[in-house]
Amino acid sequence: MATSSQTFSRTASALAVDEDVLRFDSVGKVFPDGTEAVRDASFSLRRGEFLSVVGPSGCGKSTILRIASGLWRETSGEVCRRVDNVGMVFQDATLLPFRNVQRNVELLAELDGVPRRERETLAANAIRSVGLEGFERHYPKALSGGMKMRVAVARALTMKPPLFLLDEPFGALDEITRGTLNEELMRLFVQERFAALFITHSISEAVYLSSRVLVMSPRPGRIVADVEVPFSYPRSPELRFDPAFGSLSSEISHALRRGYE
Amino acid sequence: MAKAAFPPLAAFGFFVGVVYLASYVILSPSRQFLLPPPHEVVRNGFLNGSHLHEQLDALWDTTQVSVTGLAIAFVLGATVAIVMSQAKWIERSLYPYAVIVQVTPILAIVPLIALWFGYDFTARVVVCVLISVFPIITNTLHGLLTVDGNLHDLFTLHHAGRLKRLLKLQLPHAIPDIFVGLRVSAGLSVIGAIVGEFFFRQGTPGLGRLLDLYRAYLQTDLLMSALLFCVALGIVSFWVVGIIGHQLTKQWHDESGGR
Repeated sequence: MATSSQTFSRTASALAVDEDVLRFDSVGKVFPDGTEAVRDASFSLRRGEFLSVVGPSGCGKSTILRIASGLWRETSGEVCRRVDNVGMVFQDATLLPFRNVQRNVELLAELDGVPRRERETLAANAIRSVGLEGFERHYPKALSGGMKMRVAVARALTMKPPLFLLDEPFGALDEITRGTLNEELMRLFVQERFAALFITHSISEAVYLSSRVLVMSPRPGRIVADVEVPFSYPRSPELRFDPAFGSLSSEISHALRRGYE
Repeated sequence: MAKAAFPPLAAFGFFVGVVYLASYVILSPSRQFLLPPPHEVVRNGFLNGSHLHEQLDALWDTTQVSVTGLAIAFVLGATVAIVMSQAKWIERSLYPYAVIVQVTPILAIVPLIALWFGYDFTARVVVCVLISVFPIITNTLHGLLTVDGNLHDLFTLHHAGRLKRLLKLQLPHAIPDIFVGLRVSAGLSVIGAIVGEFFFRQGTPGLGRLLDLYRAYLQTDLLMSALLFCVALGIVSFWVVGIIGHQLTKQWHDESGGR
């Protein structure tokens, strides 16, 4: 990456790779209406680690992500997040329809008070790293679903967050686009070595991208398995056809089924 | 294009035919003044220099009133909506009064307005504001409050305060809605200007005064030409606001591009 700016160094370089970025200690979340979304979730996430959370719909995966971001408070247990600079990517691209690609990508830097010149550079770099050069002046309306998602990823990249939170980011995309974006995300991860908490309900996506996979039970969501994925990065798409990949996937699939019992 | 224009033109031709039929065949010559034939309206209302001049002056007067009223309604309505959007309790405290302004028959408060503001420009503008402010309030408020929750979360994560949120997220998001309200209000403001003049019967003569005058002298042909000027003013206001809104937002939303 050609990024040269100092603004984000405060958080990005403050944490060495392998340091804990996020830790959950017996975290639980009960909503005011009495619904228990998450029960007794414990895990830690280091910089340079890609952690996926898989589980059935409504099992509290997104609740975990929102607690991790600080948007929601846990109702029991303890959350320790060592960084303030968090890159958030939602299932919908959630772009500002009234801003073009360039201005959308600049948004977070703008909110953080980065001077114009500098944020233009940050945005340009981020746009380049997701392969959207030439689309700077396009409005979201004119982009495909996959391209919108790239803009959302670029926007999250601008501030060089040491922690990425991704809430089923490719869930609404078609299989082919999804595969491409998985590879792009993998490339960015290898390049930037951030910590990633990735919510998905696709097992193969989780295994392909992650260094670890957490499996959750239906509501109230508990972590029923914590599976190490030993393949080294960068991974090629052909890995999906590897027998070891298949057996890991079926292990996770079994854990998912056990979670129902 | 020619094909698209045919149905309304045909309908217009048919309509003019019916008017001629009624004017010459159904009405007796002594009562023909009730529905003058269209060419009489054109000859006396539009081609007669002094009559045309009189009406164009009135049109200009009414335009000033309605445009001023719309501008004030826009600023006032948007401000009220912004204030309402800041807290649920403010919205709940103010909304009933906005509804009251909307449902009060304008004619019922015209005497009060006359007492408070006189009978001239200011009073007429007040009528316009009262009649046209409500759609701006509701539509702006809707736009401000329907921003995607995830976008709000993004702003929260970056510690954006109310002002940043308002200026960078909510207001731009509300622009298409504001223009929906403005288009409705543009038509209402013209109605307000004419109604105000019609009842104040003082100050510089606008189209409303003129209508009243022509009615008093049973000048049906002029009554109709003045009416056509009223309609034209309403249509042009609606159209101008629509075009401005479209130009501003055409790149953002499919829905505003389609209308």
